[in-house]
Amino acid sequence: MSTINLAVNGQSVSGEVEPRTLLVEFLREQLRLTGTHVGCDTSQCGACVVMIDGKSVKSCTMLAVMADGAEVTTIEGLANGAELHPMQQAFMDNHGLQCGFCTPGMVMSALDIVNRHGNEPDDAIVRRELSGNICRCTGYQNIVKAIRAGAQAMGE
Amino acid sequence: MQENGIGASVRRKEDQRFLLGKGRYTDDINVEGQTYACFVRSPHAHAEIEGIDASAATAAPGVVAVLTGDDLAADGIGPLICGVTVTSDDGQPHRAPAHPALAQGKVNYVGDHVAIVIAESLTQARDAAELVEVNYRPLPAVASTADAANDGQQQIHEEAPNNICFNWPFGDKAANDEAFAGAHKVSSIDLVNNRMVTNPMEPRAALGEYNSGTEEITLHLTTQNPHVHRLVLAAFNQLAPEHKLRVVGPDVGGGFGAKIFIYAEELVVGWACRKVNRPVKWTADRTEAFLSDAHGRDHVTRAEMALDENGKFLAMRVLTTANLGAYLSTFATMVPSYLYAFLFAGQYTTPLIYSEVKAVFTNTSPVDASRGAGRPEATYLLERLVDVCAADMGLDPAEIRRRNFIPKDAFPYQTPVVQCYDSGDYEAALDQAMELADYAGFDARAEEARGRGKLRGIGLSSYVEACGIAPSAAVGQLGGGVGLWESAQVRFNPTGNVQVFTGTHSHGQGHETTFAQLVCDQLGVPFENIEVIHGDTAKTQFGMGTYGSRSLAVGGVAIAKACDKLIAKGKKIAAHAMEAAEGDIEFAGGNYTVAGTDKAMNIAEVAFNAYVPHNYPEGVEPGFDENAFFDPMNFSFPAGTHICEVEVDPATGEVEIVDYTAVDDFGKLVNPMIVEGQVHGGIVHGIGQALLEGCHYDKDGQLVTASYMDYAMPRADNAPEFKIDYAPTDPPHNPLGVKGCGEAGAIGAPPAIINAIANAIGAKHVEMPATPETVWRACQSAN
Repeated sequence: MSTINLAVNGQSVSGEVEPRTLLVEFLREQLRLTGTHVGCDTSQCGACVVMIDGKSVKSCTMLAVMADGAEVTTIEGLANGAELHPMQQAFMDNHGLQCGFCTPGMVMSALDIVNRHGNEPDDAIVRRELSGNICRCTGYQNIVKAIRAGAQAMGE
Repeated sequence: MQENGIGASVRRKEDQRFLLGKGRYTDDINVEGQTYACFVRSPHAHAEIEGIDASAATAAPGVVAVLTGDDLAADGIGPLICGVTVTSDDGQPHRAPAHPALAQGKVNYVGDHVAIVIAESLTQARDAAELVEVNYRPLPAVASTADAANDGQQQIHEEAPNNICFNWPFGDKAANDEAFAGAHKVSSIDLVNNRMVTNPMEPRAALGEYNSGTEEITLHLTTQNPHVHRLVLAAFNQLAPEHKLRVVGPDVGGGFGAKIFIYAEELVVGWACRKVNRPVKWTADRTEAFLSDAHGRDHVTRAEMALDENGKFLAMRVLTTANLGAYLSTFATMVPSYLYAFLFAGQYTTPLIYSEVKAVFTNTSPVDASRGAGRPEATYLLERLVDVCAADMGLDPAEIRRRNFIPKDAFPYQTPVVQCYDSGDYEAALDQAMELADYAGFDARAEEARGRGKLRGIGLSSYVEACGIAPSAAVGQLGGGVGLWESAQVRFNPTGNVQVFTGTHSHGQGHETTFAQLVCDQLGVPFENIEVIHGDTAKTQFGMGTYGSRSLAVGGVAIAKACDKLIAKGKKIAAHAMEAAEGDIEFAGGNYTVAGTDKAMNIAEVAFNAYVPHNYPEGVEPGFDENAFFDPMNFSFPAGTHICEVEVDPATGEVEIVDYTAVDDFGKLVNPMIVEGQVHGGIVHGIGQALLEGCHYDKDGQLVTASYMDYAMPRADNAPEFKIDYAPTDPPHNPLGVKGCGEAGAIGAPPAIINAIANAIGAKHVEMPATPETVWRACQSAN
């Protein structure tokens, strides 16, 4: 077992993990941050995306020990109490979610798109950038709309 | 109309919790003292089990128990059942081999359940599962749908000679043969409806808890129908008496049919938690989901149409072999029979239809309902066949459809295949779709594309489906073991807010919002004062769950009926309070008024009076809380026309969907925003089937597409922005005027897309999924 120390959603946390423990397992099982989901075993679906030191990472593809010393933001760390982050609000306003399972990963990936492409990404950029996130419910159209609206709102 | 009532695109009540990461899916739930389960699964498609040695696993660190089929049988836990009987051509019921939840001496597909390992942690359970030694004697496997019933094939089940579950002829063969013999022309097509893995994004999971004090089992499950799970697990599997079994479907991350069925893991976890007297949790990983979720489709079909000289359809013949997998899943038999052949009329007046379905067993995962269930298969063959007819007759695909449509004044329309369609105006939807898609301008666009080296094609599909499942009497006549009514309870609390309990289950459809809109509209209660509760057998009285686009058309009506009862009871209470005759009381917009006076009382005040009945009418019971059941009089029949436009790169075979139009008749829309989202999702599901998704077993029965690395799910860049519109008609037998919208896209899209590709490359047919390789090869042979 190894001890890791990291910051999750602005809080310092530490934990004992096996070398093989995945970051997502640490978040879900030890910290009980169950907003981050596991939808596959092959880093394809993106339901587990979190921000590590400001960059989006699939937390099923990173060992917990690799996050030692990092700053991690999960879906639980975005809102101010019940007041949604502009990107979360845009998903609600544009019906960018149905069952909600892929949603946390979509929102985290959306923030990364804004970080890298700014506040006016066009449809083609958003659709291409979502290649690592799978949704079975929405057909993506409203997710794309939500991300563009959210990106714009974040710039205001 | 209330501001947030019927017809308003109200933001969803459920979104806040999902967006905050506070959804509560089964795997998110953790209970004190829980253990973790891992299943030992067969690596062979077909094998006898000569022995299981669990000693090393049992001795491994943290292991609580290793349980096998012998333990299950010793405890009298019954096999999994199939709930719908289809009568085979020999007059006998379909063959139903035993389906043990843990193998009894033999495994029949890769992923079949052999043992459960329960340990203190998930990693310990997984590590120990590796130590269970199973001695298999492999047998030849049957993996091909088309060949499963051939002479000389390996027999899978003793009870099913030639691996046939049923042979089901339907229709008047002699009359059909005669019409074909006298036809001006016969068009035909051979096609495969590709096997799909349903793939809701949340993998299946189960958490079982046993309370030795009350002898109750609580099962949290990824289920679309908690009461159906409870009923079957109690009545047929002897897991626990129904009143000692609670099934909860908490937030469920998509279903699309795959979470209707009662699965081995669910039964085994429920049984094991009592056996080890500890909570047991199991969550599938994605590969397990590929291996053990019930799959969809998988038909091999020949379809033929007899036409007269004007292109009118005289008779149709369909011969299908349908793969049911290794065992019968819960509703497997009804999918390639009643949900399939009863839709063969489509939107057309074809007077004679004859079909034969041969349902076969193979050494593959069980096959059952998947978004659309039987209706996508029926629509695909019919709408592909109609395009072949058009080509054979030299008619435009739109024109041949028009010539054969059931006219709008012919409804209700009795088809030759059981169903009596409620309402429709098929030509209006076609016209509207052609206008929206600029069908007339297609030739110019194709010309422009040719200049860029692209082959542009356009394809139509005019579908009809049967939703609002289902009138119970019809279900009974067809051999179904259940009634398919829905129930509702609408309860005012003394402070005037409302709790709505529904037997349907929402796993993405937004019932918490749509049903609140219904109640808001009918009772005039503010939208924010209404809460919809579903998914827990301990909270809702009963219910049949959500599938077959039934929730609004059946469950919504039950809610409306409960509201009617509240309004009627409230009249008595209001009349007494306002010292008026009951006959003079009117109700509108949430207020009871006395006709011809300015006396008024809000329904919230009436509710308070009902709970604090100090001044109360004699003979009226206190309380303001009503139940209702609704059993539909008919199915509902959503219909529409979808038009797809593609560009094919002949050098690579790559297909791009450049335009997609859908005009649907769903009856009245309660929340247009949610309906549109359902259409989008359905179409992309259909794009997945048409272009990307192919579930493949090799000849030895190994699943070679068992992850998202090998099985192509549709992504954001596989679709254009859709053009969506509606051509509603009013279904006379549905009190809310609604039809259902959840499956239409997955039904309408595949034939529209393949018709467009065939049109683009000048081929008669291209099989799904139309991958670049498939399309490139088709381009070569078309040239």
